[in-house]
Amino acid sequence: MTAVLTQPRPIRLKGRSYLALTLTPELPFEDWLVRLDDLAGRSAGFFLRRPVVLDVEGLEIDRAQLRDLVGKLGTRNVRIMGIEGARPSMLGADLPPAMSGGKATGDIEEPAAAAPVNESPAPTPVESAAEMPVAPLPTAGAPISLVVTQPVRSGQSIFTEGDITILGSVASGAEVIAGGSIHIYGTLRGRAMAGTLGNATARIFCRKLEAEMVAIDGFYKTAEDLEPGLRGKPAQFWLEGETFTAGSMA
Amino acid sequence: MGKVIVVTSGKGGVGKTTSSAALGAALAQNGDKVAVVDFDVGLRNLDLVMGAERRVVYDLVNVIQGEAKLTQALIRDKRLESLYLLPASQTRDKDNLTAEGVEKVVGALRTHFDWVICDSPAGIERGATLAMRHADIAIVVTNPEVSSVRDSDRIIGLLDSKTVKAEAGERIEKHLLLTRYDPARAERGDMLKVDDVLEILSIPLLGIIPESMDVLRASNIGSPVTLADERSAPALAYFDAVRRLKGESLPVTIPGEKRGFFGKFFGRKAA
Repeated sequence: MTAVLTQPRPIRLKGRSYLALTLTPELPFEDWLVRLDDLAGRSAGFFLRRPVVLDVEGLEIDRAQLRDLVGKLGTRNVRIMGIEGARPSMLGADLPPAMSGGKATGDIEEPAAAAPVNESPAPTPVESAAEMPVAPLPTAGAPISLVVTQPVRSGQSIFTEGDITILGSVASGAEVIAGGSIHIYGTLRGRAMAGTLGNATARIFCRKLEAEMVAIDGFYKTAEDLEPGLRGKPAQFWLEGETFTAGSMA
Repeated sequence: MGKVIVVTSGKGGVGKTTSSAALGAALAQNGDKVAVVDFDVGLRNLDLVMGAERRVVYDLVNVIQGEAKLTQALIRDKRLESLYLLPASQTRDKDNLTAEGVEKVVGALRTHFDWVICDSPAGIERGATLAMRHADIAIVVTNPEVSSVRDSDRIIGLLDSKTVKAEAGERIEKHLLLTRYDPARAERGDMLKVDDVLEILSIPLLGIIPESMDVLRASNIGSPVTLADERSAPALAYFDAVRRLKGESLPVTIPGEKRGFFGKFFGRKAA
């Protein structure tokens, strides 16, 4: 029998980015751990089931100290999935792997006293990054942008992680949600939510503004709050710091 | 193979049943073989509008459940011999409509008739989705007011996603039929303008049917308006709509709007 050359199905390797909590320990570790215990005490289970990355950039510590710290965090149910900013000599098979190329996504809100986790799907004007399941910008390659050639009809909802371009109109009762910016070449009559994955630089553009609601990165304006002068005209929205700004597109 | 048309709107009371009967009769007046099917199980009206309420023996649900043959349930119109009605059941509820049953009935009708017109119930539930399921052409009946327009927009979204054609990656042919258009109210600005409705819905305009006492009068005597008074304004508008449906390029006139000599040359266009 001769061996038959078969083409085995190749294993597909895909990149994916996630939002992880990053802890930045400070020296001396004993004091820092006390503060961490205080934080965890205010909200039981804050670190439970959360991916946590340890950022040790610039810390003058050795391998033994690092292993000690990871062990102490482990006893507090804080599981470290990776270590950022460590020298290669500090890491080994007994420590979590090195991580690099992370992108900051803003502070995750510290839990208030026994605050329940807010999982309301409606956009809230506070930083809700803590519950975002997906990172805003994958480190390898930008998210794919979407082009919609049909009008978005009432009752339809379109979501994409990247930018979205709509050639037609967005009807009353329809919604468009994007991790990036939203471009609408028709009339915006429904809702548009841009930068929903924590991108404060996202913008919304439309050729004719009749929107029910517009939102960027959790900050929003409803039809009543919109400048009356912009109604029926080409308009754009962006964030200036924490100020939701609207302007014409002259 | 005949063409299957669904007459739909989302909102109730906009004129689906009136339009189904009027278009069906107008098509049959041209000599085409037409079956009009009432999908409004439990709230049937088409038999009344077509003057066949006392002739209903079997209905759509009987056929679907195998209690009657299709030929037993079809009622031939007394005035037009190529016009047939398949009534809905008034006593059963909508759950008796099954996807397989509807497919079989519509498939059988398609082979026997030139046109199968499915009169959809209001709403977006089972009855409405089954009525549109096998359609080749959709006629979206809309009144020139905001709630009707938004409901129509929702229905168009469903036509593009929930029909057999859409699921096969094809595009269902969609037409807008603007009904109950009142020139006097339009003049006062109490109604949405034709161009505004077209801009929002962005599907081609099949016709504008004026609000008229003739429609009510025809319903009351149990006759499609295109049969009751062929010279009335709504009847003429339905006849024009049928010509456009058959592919004729005919400019749409807005009732009550005076058009100059040149105006006639500039047909109304919709995306």
